[in-house]
Amino acid sequence: MYKYVLKRLLMLIPVIIGVSFLVFFIMSLSPGDPARTILGETAPIEAVEALREELGLNDPVLKRYVDYMGGLLHGDMGTSYKSNRPVFDEIMGRFPATLKLSLWGMLFAVALSIPIGIISATKQYSLVDGVSMVGALLGVATPNFWLGLILIIVFSLNLKWFPSGGMDGWKTYIMPVITLGTGCMASITRTTRSSMLEVIRQDYIRTARAKGVKQRVVITRHALRNALIPVITVIGLQFGYLLGGAVLTETVFSWPGVGTYLVNSIKAKDTPSVMGCVIVFSIAFSIVNLLVDLLYAFVDPRIKSKYK
Amino acid sequence: MKHTHVSQADSASLQPAKKKRSMAAEVWMRLCRNKMAMIGLAILLVLVFCAIFANQLADYETLVIKQDMSIRLQGPSAEHWLGTDEYGRDILARLIHGSRISLVVGLVSVSISLVVGGLCGALAGYYGGIIDNVIMRVMDVLLAVPSILLSITIVAAFGTNLFNVMVAIGMSSVPGYARIVRAAVLSIKDQEFVESSRSIGTGTLRIILQEIIPNCLAPIIVQATLGVASAILSTASLSFIGLGVQQPVPEWGAMLSGGRTFMRDAIHLTVFPGLAIVITVLALNLLGDGLRDALDPRLKQ
Repeated sequence: MYKYVLKRLLMLIPVIIGVSFLVFFIMSLSPGDPARTILGETAPIEAVEALREELGLNDPVLKRYVDYMGGLLHGDMGTSYKSNRPVFDEIMGRFPATLKLSLWGMLFAVALSIPIGIISATKQYSLVDGVSMVGALLGVATPNFWLGLILIIVFSLNLKWFPSGGMDGWKTYIMPVITLGTGCMASITRTTRSSMLEVIRQDYIRTARAKGVKQRVVITRHALRNALIPVITVIGLQFGYLLGGAVLTETVFSWPGVGTYLVNSIKAKDTPSVMGCVIVFSIAFSIVNLLVDLLYAFVDPRIKSKYK
Repeated sequence: MKHTHVSQADSASLQPAKKKRSMAAEVWMRLCRNKMAMIGLAILLVLVFCAIFANQLADYETLVIKQDMSIRLQGPSAEHWLGTDEYGRDILARLIHGSRISLVVGLVSVSISLVVGGLCGALAGYYGGIIDNVIMRVMDVLLAVPSILLSITIVAAFGTNLFNVMVAIGMSSVPGYARIVRAAVLSIKDQEFVESSRSIGTGTLRIILQEIIPNCLAPIIVQATLGVASAILSTASLSFIGLGVQQPVPEWGAMLSGGRTFMRDAIHLTVFPGLAIVITVLALNLLGDGLRDALDPRLKQ
């Protein structure tokens, strides 16, 4: 098991190198001149040229990339053009806010979707099933930023229950968490339902029932555990959407996280910050995927035995 | 699909052409029996109609982009069914013209990911070995960046215009198609009909195009239908954070973003463009789910 974890951790390295190269390469193809952006349109050409030299922008792309990677190894992601502070500090200062929002969003989604999925599957074609399936279809189709705006209109502007933005006390969490979690909730509900439906038709479930095992125990002990594998896969996949969705949700609710910082950096053409944000999000996503793969082992002993 | 059937000994005597037609017809029949899919298809047909006849339904110059501050921020009325926006432009007219953009972006970006991803997946699956390894490791890297962030990066680097948005969204979903096509190719390439084609001297490219691709169409069609839906969502998301189509072009996400400032007094600016997105994406998802069930009845519960 430890060997497997170590192997997977080592496999993160080429992915991170690849991602940073990809992002670096795309950003270096950008037509604008960062030195010009920093100094403004009216700055003299000599000053712009001097700054280009100072920032190393006149070096070939590959050398710049190697320099950047060298810095990244000790947590140096360059200096923000806008604030003149290290990008790493800027991002790490905001990362806890994004992490909190994402984790609460995922928790909200999982806590509601798995029970709903189970009930839908055990009471197939009932009213509960119908309502939750229509809800799930709508949830998948609704852009989360729009849901956020609608929640603000209803609960903040009209009912005045919750504040429309910021991160200050539990009240400010409710709407962003719902906004971020709903899409995931819909997908996980659908997967849980179809996976449960498949499992409860298996012979061993019938056997368990025939032995007189209570319905509750059949569902929770015999069926759920076997139905969870595809659900975990979807949860892992959804985390990617969740991190992407965090960018939009944070923008809607002026949440002080990495997403808001990313959007502001894009508007300011602050290339090092944009790159830093995308790389941090990608590393976070890769780590989540690793955790998901490890989680399989705990749910399914057959997978665990393969790791040894 | 004919080759799959010819390869099975018991159906070898059947006429391939007739069999092929009946396959498509059978899928269509199954799709028709699926009420949800039919609702999705009907909504989509209305949308396509709106997109094609947008100019006949609402004049672009006078209703969609002409500003008239005397009638700004009006609620729904007989004259303006869905009200007017902050520049006095008719929202319904803008939504109708916006359907053009959404559908075009959806179709073009899915085509980009289909062609690039399909080609990569087919090459990787067909050749295997180093080519497979290199292509799939590149795909792993692309997959490690959450797709909306990859789109954001590309658009932020190259500038905000419709073409870049389509390329960005298309490129960000390349790995999904590459994986599907690769898996399909792997399951098909060693079957007898491919081998027999190779033995009579057919070139590699021709084998991929004529034998392999038609036989892995089913999962691709499903993925593409659902892909158009997520492309429409991504476009709206990009526009919402100011990275999509620019004013005064009537894009749904941009309309929503513009309406944000007036949420307090004129909620219709926010509500209607959002509903347009939800309905379109919902219709595509319903159709995609229906197609999946129709193309592979074994999957259906």
